[in-house]
Amino acid sequence: MRLAIETHDLCKRFGESQAVKDLSLAVLPNRITAFLGMNGAGKSTTIRMLLGMIRPSNGGGQVLGHNIADPAQSIEIRRNTAYVSEDKRLYNYMTVEQVIRFTSGFFPQWRADLAATLLRRYELPPARRVSRLSKGMRTKLALLLAIARRPKLLILDEPSEGLDPHSVEDLLETLVSESAEGTTVFFSSHQIEEVERISDQVCVLHRGSLVMDTSVDELRESWRQVDIVLPVSPHPGDFELTGVKRIRARGQQLSVVVNGNVEGVVDRARESHAKAIEVTPLCLREIFLQTTKE
Amino acid sequence: MLLRLNDSAGQPRYIQLMQQIRHAIENGALKDGDQLPSIRALAEELVVSPGTIIKAYTGLEMEGVIEVQHGAGVFVSRNRRARRLSERVQAARERVGSLIADLRNEGLLDDEIRRLFEAGLLSSSKARHSNSKP
Repeated sequence: MRLAIETHDLCKRFGESQAVKDLSLAVLPNRITAFLGMNGAGKSTTIRMLLGMIRPSNGGGQVLGHNIADPAQSIEIRRNTAYVSEDKRLYNYMTVEQVIRFTSGFFPQWRADLAATLLRRYELPPARRVSRLSKGMRTKLALLLAIARRPKLLILDEPSEGLDPHSVEDLLETLVSESAEGTTVFFSSHQIEEVERISDQVCVLHRGSLVMDTSVDELRESWRQVDIVLPVSPHPGDFELTGVKRIRARGQQLSVVVNGNVEGVVDRARESHAKAIEVTPLCLREIFLQTTKE
Repeated sequence: MLLRLNDSAGQPRYIQLMQQIRHAIENGALKDGDQLPSIRALAEELVVSPGTIIKAYTGLEMEGVIEVQHGAGVFVSRNRRARRLSERVQAARERVGSLIADLRNEGLLDDEIRRLFEAGLLSSSKARHSNSKP
């Protein structure tokens, strides 16, 4: 299966600062992949490199099989990829209806029926000027314009930012139906609960580098917190086993965060004559905080 | 059939879905030959990735619980293997139920019982995993 997005050692420097560092991404087609990271982690810079809006300082990549650094191929990338940017730049002087008609002219595959359905579903006022739309409405309009062109790849940068809960729900439902249509969805977000609900795969960027790339199923299955009560204070290092990500000790109590090797931790606790062992699953939020800690 | 996904459970969503569909068949909410929602419809209803539904349906099809008839839809299986499987699950449920009742009688709290099950599964799954994992 050809990857939808593939990068090799992608780097971007802005003067002294390294925004993206040796990033190797592999995004599967027909999936929903979330791209997480704190502000300034390099997510938007990466997306802009993928779309040929800025050039990599080093390394390279392909989107839908086209080279991102080649201006001619970059046009092919943008022809097949719809991008909803963070600022949702739109033609402010036009009305909603005019923007839709104007945009439709650029795309032969434009689906007017879908645009009409979404216009009703999102309750967008057709005659209102874009400049007078609320933030949520702007996002929905940008989403409508992106989806009605039937892209192979949908890239969204912080799509849910500033949306009320109902609008977020509309957005998530739209992404799910687009994925069911066969569109590859790649989106960045700070709303980790939403990401966990709809994504197949999660990539975490931290200080320009990829620190995690895993399926949500695997996350749920393999990350655990093990709380242990021991008869005596443990030796530091006793629980530094394979897969252990964090150890916190307070007197005889020990809290271990582990990825994969839960059995090893539980066994070690038993060997140490633990008085109590409690295993609890971790949610994506906690795992994210763990992997992006300074 | 009302399906619900639990976010706090440390369990992949597709496994939760599989369990709930099996459960619905066992308790009669779904009958042999009943049609299940399409992948797209269920993904939209539950607001989860279609990949999750595909995984769950594929798993259940492999177990013989459901049949995917291409073009026609997804149906609760009428064949014997499925029934045997669900009967086995039903029998296991009764045994687990009576064990839980015993433990409660002995004064254990539900939380403690849950931890015992989890710890028990972990120690027994270790032997199983040590063959496949490096």
